Amino acid sequence: MPDVLVLVDKADGSIKKSTTELLTLARRIGTPVAVWVGAGCDDAALATLGEFGASSVLVADADGITDSPVAPVADALAAASAQTRPAAVLIASTADGKEVAGRLAVKVGSGIITDAVDVSADLVATQSVFGGSTVVHSTVTFGTPIITVRGNSVAPEAATTTCAATPLAVTLSPSSTLARITGTTVAAKGGRPELTEAAIVVSGGRGVGSADGFAVIEALADSLGAAVGASRAAADAGWYPHQYQVGQTGKTVSPQLYIASGISGAIQHRAGMQTSKTIVVVNKDPEAPIFELADYGVVGDLFTVVPQLTEEIKRS
Amino acid sequence: MKIAVCVKQVPDTWAEKRLRPEDFTLDRESADGVMNELDEYAVEEALKLVEAGGGEVVVVTMGPERASETVRKALSMGADSGIHVVDDALHGSDAIATSAVLAKAIEGRGFDLVIFGSESTDARMSVVPAMVAERLGWAQLTFAQRVEVAGSEVSIDRVTEIGYDTVTAALPAVVSVVEKINEPRYPSFKGIMAAKKKPVETLSVADTGLDAVAVGASAAWSAVADFAARPPKAAGTVVTDEGDGGVKLATFLCEQKFI
Repeated sequence: MPDVLVLVDKADGSIKKSTTELLTLARRIGTPVAVWVGAGCDDAALATLGEFGASSVLVADADGITDSPVAPVADALAAASAQTRPAAVLIASTADGKEVAGRLAVKVGSGIITDAVDVSADLVATQSVFGGSTVVHSTVTFGTPIITVRGNSVAPEAATTTCAATPLAVTLSPSSTLARITGTTVAAKGGRPELTEAAIVVSGGRGVGSADGFAVIEALADSLGAAVGASRAAADAGWYPHQYQVGQTGKTVSPQLYIASGISGAIQHRAGMQTSKTIVVVNKDPEAPIFELADYGVVGDLFTVVPQLTEEIKRS
Repeated sequence: MKIAVCVKQVPDTWAEKRLRPEDFTLDRESADGVMNELDEYAVEEALKLVEAGGGEVVVVTMGPERASETVRKALSMGADSGIHVVDDALHGSDAIATSAVLAKAIEGRGFDLVIFGSESTDARMSVVPAMVAERLGWAQLTFAQRVEVAGSEVSIDRVTEIGYDTVTAALPAVVSVVEKINEPRYPSFKGIMAAKKKPVETLSVADTGLDAVAVGASAAWSAVADFAARPPKAAGTVVTDEGDGGVKLATFLCEQKFI
């Protein structure tokens, strides 16, 4: 079985769910080998990586490796590729992940596929493009396939093995450390799950009407343990921060359940949520195009329907 | 300061996009071509930097003949000149080849800064700025919601999942911007008239120093095997709220085991 490299994605030092999804996918193709960049690969991390089938983890913790964005991570993956000659490299389809994949592809001379929603054992990637209107199957035809995979594309499945850590020697390219991270600012998060990883997303749009109006969206989200999203209209109006914008110029999400409230469903928005497994809509306008996507829709005022739903959920 | 802004002509954001069955490339003829929306923010940011600190803005694009409309748009916003890499051999190029062409068109011309929009609305890969930085060996400062140049140093706020990172580097550097960075100006009538007289240099692939066999569909390192329209979603249930809409929704979510 060939090795398959999986770049470990972390938040606050702990392994993100997307990594367990990538390990699950990697097992279809070969033996997952995780690549950890930076410090903190402790016993708890090894246990999680092992639980999802990583036989080993290559730890790249060279001086300065986390002081610059993106480029040093591509250096680490290039070193890991040279060492393991993997069948593929799998990376989470985040902004950082895609840039790492891009630099790695140029560095090692390999083709790249981004935003896959599935990868088969023979490395055919499925992509959902043009706002989910078209399903494409693609392959990398030159070099080691470098594939970024969207969150929530597969359900993580455990396959417990013992994961051992091995140091990975990485020489950073001179250009990789030109940009230096000089400060990190954390925006208020409110303890909700991350938008692209959440199993449930509750979004509000123009119909929410104001920043204060988002309180009903947040209350519903919190009753379900969901993330909050916003349409571009709502973000542009300043009602909700841009980082929560779902759509063509925002985040692409694919949760188990997407609840759209007061969102008309312009292409701009549909492009970011069309592949959600179940879609629920609340909108005053029965003609709103978002109803075309709805598994269940309610024509009505979101300020009465949504709080009633929240109350029902709290009661159950 | 000499700034290159890389722009791309894309099918109108609001148009339905499709692949051409004969070669699996994006059908660029069936929809109006417009400047990729995020690239307008890149042009705006370049103009603001030059207005504040002096210098010139050169708009750079790779694309078919009609992409010259997008170069003119940037010139009418206020860019000083254009470079258009246009060659039949480029049709079907992947991101790897695109980044090679752009890097070749940019290097050796004395640019201090290259600014991109962080993503195109057609391919949505978000990889070309990073690839160009890798090829040029310049600092990569991407996904900027703020850009500041002071002397020979550039500083940005890079949008992250949890907030932003402040990232700094010495020039030259490659920057990409997100839409919250500014509000792009509309071209004025005067700007549109002035744009007609501004110089646009056209380059073939050979002019950039690359071999034509290194670009285009035949040189792409990934290939589409097949594609299909997503089957239309089966019509769901839509009810009108009669005072119990929330209760009905809760029942549905319960049946679906979400609660």
